[in-house]
Parts: sequence; structure tokens; C-alpha cells
Amino acid sequence: MSRPKIGVFGLAGCGGCQLEILNLEEHLIDFIKAVDIVHFTEAITEHSDTYEIALIEGSVSTEHDRERLEHIASVAKTVVAVGACACTGGLNCLKNIYGLERAKELVYGDRKDWIDAIETMPIDRIVKVDHYARGCPPTRSEIVDIVRSLIAGKIPEISSYPVCIECKRLGNTCIYEFGVTCLGPVARAGCNARCPSAGAGCEACRGPIDEPNVNAQKDLLQKYGLTVEDVMEGFNLYNACKKIEQKNS
Amino acid sequence: MATNLNIEVSPISRVEGHGDLVIDVKNKRIEKLQFRIPESPRFFEAMLVGRDYSEASHLMSRICGICSVSHTFASIRATEAALGVNINDMILKLRKLVNHGEFLESNSLHVYFLAAPDFLGVGSVLPLLDSNPEIVNIAVNIKKVANDIVRIIGGRAIHPITTVVGGFTKLPSIADLKTIRNMLVALYPDFEVSMKLLKTIKIPDFERETEYLSISSKNEYALYEGNLKSSDGWEIENRDYLTRITEKVVQHSTGKHCRTPRGEYMVGALSRVNNNYSMLSYNAKKYAEELGLKPPCFNTFYINIAQFIELVHCVDDSIRLIDELIAQGLDEKKARVKIKVKSGRGVGIVEAPRGALIHDYTYERNGKISKANLIIPTNMNYANVEKDLEAFIPQIIDKSEDEIRLNCEMLIRAYDPCISCSTHLLNVKLINR
Repeated sequence: MSRPKIGVFGLAGCGGCQLEILNLEEHLIDFIKAVDIVHFTEAITEHSDTYEIALIEGSVSTEHDRERLEHIASVAKTVVAVGACACTGGLNCLKNIYGLERAKELVYGDRKDWIDAIETMPIDRIVKVDHYARGCPPTRSEIVDIVRSLIAGKIPEISSYPVCIECKRLGNTCIYEFGVTCLGPVARAGCNARCPSAGAGCEACRGPIDEPNVNAQKDLLQKYGLTVEDVMEGFNLYNACKKIEQKNS
Repeated sequence: MATNLNIEVSPISRVEGHGDLVIDVKNKRIEKLQFRIPESPRFFEAMLVGRDYSEASHLMSRICGICSVSHTFASIRATEAALGVNINDMILKLRKLVNHGEFLESNSLHVYFLAAPDFLGVGSVLPLLDSNPEIVNIAVNIKKVANDIVRIIGGRAIHPITTVVGGFTKLPSIADLKTIRNMLVALYPDFEVSMKLLKTIKIPDFERETEYLSISSKNEYALYEGNLKSSDGWEIENRDYLTRITEKVVQHSTGKHCRTPRGEYMVGALSRVNNNYSMLSYNAKKYAEELGLKPPCFNTFYINIAQFIELVHCVDDSIRLIDELIAQGLDEKKARVKIKVKSGRGVGIVEAPRGALIHDYTYERNGKISKANLIIPTNMNYANVEKDLEAFIPQIIDKSEDEIRLNCEMLIRAYDPCISCSTHLLNVKLINR
């Protein structure tokens, strides 16, 4: 794929993942020259409906989102979910837990029927997703790596080990030692343990690893006097949709 | 020349998020004008209910990628007000520094990437790579420094990590602060080059006086904290905001419209400069004078100039803050004050780059949120945007359709509407009947 046409799209999200592309700084100009950006609402007025790669940010939260997503996926050869909202539904799923109708009433009161809103879902619930750039937000290099792999005709590599491995590699003291609760043992790595390295607990914004060692996590929690329930509330922050899915299956 | 006009711009690009503009003109009279916000509503007020005080600012930063720092600080300040947390001077200065980082990032993104193409007659920043490469380079320089400030002190450029209720999870080093200082000083030549260009651009001649709202302080150019102040003369404390601001759900928008007793009003860079001009840094005032920005300024298009002036101010003030921090030293032991949860209500109003941002939380005794109200700057500006367009369109009605469309888009873009924030792409549709 030489100089592929790329579309950058946003569904329900904060625009932060699109901004991470604009934040490529000194690499931005190289990036723009390596690809042909034909659609990028946040940054350019020009737009085209012909593109090979779609980078999609945000979760599906309205009927209009669903229709747009279906259209984008019908045009693009390769769909890349960018960021937690697209990959797992992200924190938009907290609304599902609260209850859609209740949430509409709370925010819009007796005018709630004017609002198009559905239960939030990750984009792979609606269309086939080829690659995932996880995280809230994903690292800039990760987004670029995926696009670079696609140009080179390779399959992008995604970490399938927990954040703990990255902390070990960095030589971080485990932050449980400082009384901080951390989801690192079961959370997917790839961020270079950003939060633990900054003194904060991992919030599993990249979702869980494929086969988490739940028993080891339980042992760890026991060691620090915590329970599974203590951490699950935290896990909900970015993974509430996943949890609801498991409950229903 | 258009006597009858039906314009729909959909989506209006180069704004954060989604918006549409519908204009219907018959016999040169505006029959219908709507700035529509069809962006997916996200229900942050519902997400907050039941969450712990320690999670609120991380959740709230996700309202907007571009002003994640402002949401973080409005959230933290609301929580600290509710829980009675007093922070020390070191934490305060570091927070203000992170906040300046975001203003540098956001204002430079808007001035150079999003608004400059309009004034230079192109559709986006992409053609500028060939026509005005120096502008793209300056934008990239400022944005890099800005992102580095937030990343080095906040742990990450978007959605900061270290900034928590009570202080910081980790402090930068003095060496980090010196690195940031050197990067900031290196931006002054970029401002000189930008001034040469800014003096040549033609700013549309359009004035409409409105009410200008911002926070204000006797001690500084208020961005992080201050009373809520109106250009009409009133000033109130943060917690009393509901006595002056009301929100209303309108059918064509998922973003609510806001009003003061007088009616629609403006928030953002021009409101801040109008209300707090005297507190700007020496360099910022010097550039403002050279660019003809004098308070009170009633020309909405000058928002872009005001944003540039704030870039200069934020660089000056960041250097001052860093010098003071280096002189007083950084003490890891004072990085975080202890929190005791209790019930209560707290309001935090900060200036986001797009204007005053209000977070209002009620806590239960266990430190969980029972009720939250958020008022977002773009929401506050909607009604004023519509009033501006109503006044502006008759002035430009004799231009070509394309020019009308572009001018309307430029006016809306001047507000730098952060629509993902206001929980909500701009479309202008123009069909002659």
C-alpha cells in the first residue's frame, strides 16, 4: 500500500485520539507526507468518501453513530479502532450501568425524548475491526506503528502481556507498596506502564489481557488487604461494556 | 447577490466535535437560523453518580481531549471545595504551570492550525505546508513545548495522570523545570515572526456588543481560579453561579443553551482580555497594542488575536512560575495533602481555553458523588453565536453564496467551539429557493 488514502473519524468520544495524531509534533509533517489524509473533520475542511484505511475514534452511542460507522466500514478496506472508546466502549459504558433512560432524564429532564441516544457499545459490536490501537489515549507511536505496518503490508504487533511486566522492565517499585491500588497485573500492556510510572494506579484503559492470571491478582490483593470487589469498581471505568457482555453470555 | 438563501453547512470542519449551521433567508430577512449540535450526548453527569472522589477528575478529563487539563482542574477544585482541602503554594504553582501548558497547546492549535487557513485563504493546514511552512513550523514548535509541559509535570500530554485531589502523585525535578524554561524562552522569536504575519491579515469588520463573562482575580490574569465576573459590572463567588446562569435544553442541540439575566453572553479569550486586560504580562500588552486589540473589544473575530495574546502571556507567566518554583525548591513531602472525606457541595470554576468551565459536585459522607452539574464554555457561547450570526449575515448578504458560507464558518470557528466538550460537526447548508 503506497501512500494509502486515510480517513480519520470520530464517533462518541473526546477527540483526544484524533488530537494525538495532530500531536505527532516533529513527526506530523512526515506522517502527512507518507499518507494521503482525505478526511479528518477535526483538522481539515477538505473531505472525500474514498479511503482505504479508516481510523475510528469513539464508541457507538446514537443511531446516527451506528449508521455512520456502517457506511465508513463499507468504504474502507481496513478498519482500525483507535482508543478505549472504540475498542471497549471506554468510559461511555458507565452510562449503560447507570441506565440509559435514567441518564437521559437526569441530564435532559422532561426534554429527554429530543435526544438520540442508545446503549453505548464498542465499534466491533457493529462492524469487523482489523486492528486495535488501545488506551485512553493510545500512545502516538502506536497509532503510527499500525499505519506504518499497513503501508509495509505487515500485521501490527499488539502486546498480550500485563502492565506488571513493563513496570519490572522499568525497574519501578510496585506501587502497591505505597498503598495505591493498581490493575497492572491483569491489564494489557503497551503503554510502557504510564500511570504506575507516574505514581498512579493502572486503570486498565487498554482492557484486560487475553488470559489474565486472576489467581495471582487475588493473592496480590490479599497481601495488601484488598478484595476483588475493591478493584472491580476501578475496572469499570474503562471496561464496563465488557463486564456487561460477560454477564449476559 | 442573494435575496433568498438557504444555507446548511454540515459538518462545519476544523472545530472540535460536531456542529451544523442552518440559515434560511427570505427577501433578505432571516427566517430561521440554527446552530445545531447533533453530536452524540455522553451523559457525564450520570457517569459521575456513585463514583469515588479520587476517580472524578480522571473521568471528567475524558469529556474533552483538547481541554482535558481544564476539566481535570475544574473537577479537582470542585472536589477540594466540597471536602475542604487546602493545597500549598508549591502545588498551586505547579498546577498553574500545567494549566498554561494546555492554553499554549489549545490556543496554538486554534490560531495556527484551525483559524489561520481562513485568513490565508486555504481549506486547511495541509496547503500551508507549501505556502507558509514557517507558520506550520511555529505551530509545531509551540504545540511541542505545550505538550511537553503537560507531559513532564502531568505524566501525559492528554488526560494528565499525576494531577489528583490534594496535589500530585509525582513531582517533576528542578532539572525538568529548567528544561521547560529553556524551551519556553526559545519561543519568543516565533512570536516575532507570527506578529509580522498577524499584522498583514485582514480581520472582518464586525462589531456586536454583548455580555462578556470570565473569572477574574486581583492577583493575576485569572485562568486557574477567581470570582465569576461580568463586563456588565457584577462579580460573584464560584458557589453562587446558579444565581446568574441558567441552562435550557433546546430541540436542535444536545448541548444546552445558557443565559444570564441579561440574556446570551460570551466566554473565552476575548471575554478574558476584555475583563482582565490590565493583568496581562508586559509582552502580551505590547503585542495587543500593536495588533489593535483594545478592551473593550466587540469584534468576535478578535477572539483569534486574543488567543495569540494569551500565548505570549502564558509563556511569560510560566517562566515567572518556574523561576519562583526553582527559588523555593520542590519538596516531595509536600506533593500531596491528606484528604478526609465528608459530605458537602463544591463548585470549581476555571478558565478552559474556550472559556469559563463550571463543575459542581455534591458528595455523600463516604466520599462518593451523589449529584453533579457541569456547564461547558461552548454551551455558554451557543446562544451568542446565533445572535452574532443574526447580526452578521445581513452585513454580508450581498456577497456570493460561497463567501457567505465561508464567513459564517469563520465566525463560528472564531469561538473555537469545542463541541465534543459540549457533549456534541458543524454543517452549513445553502440552497437557493
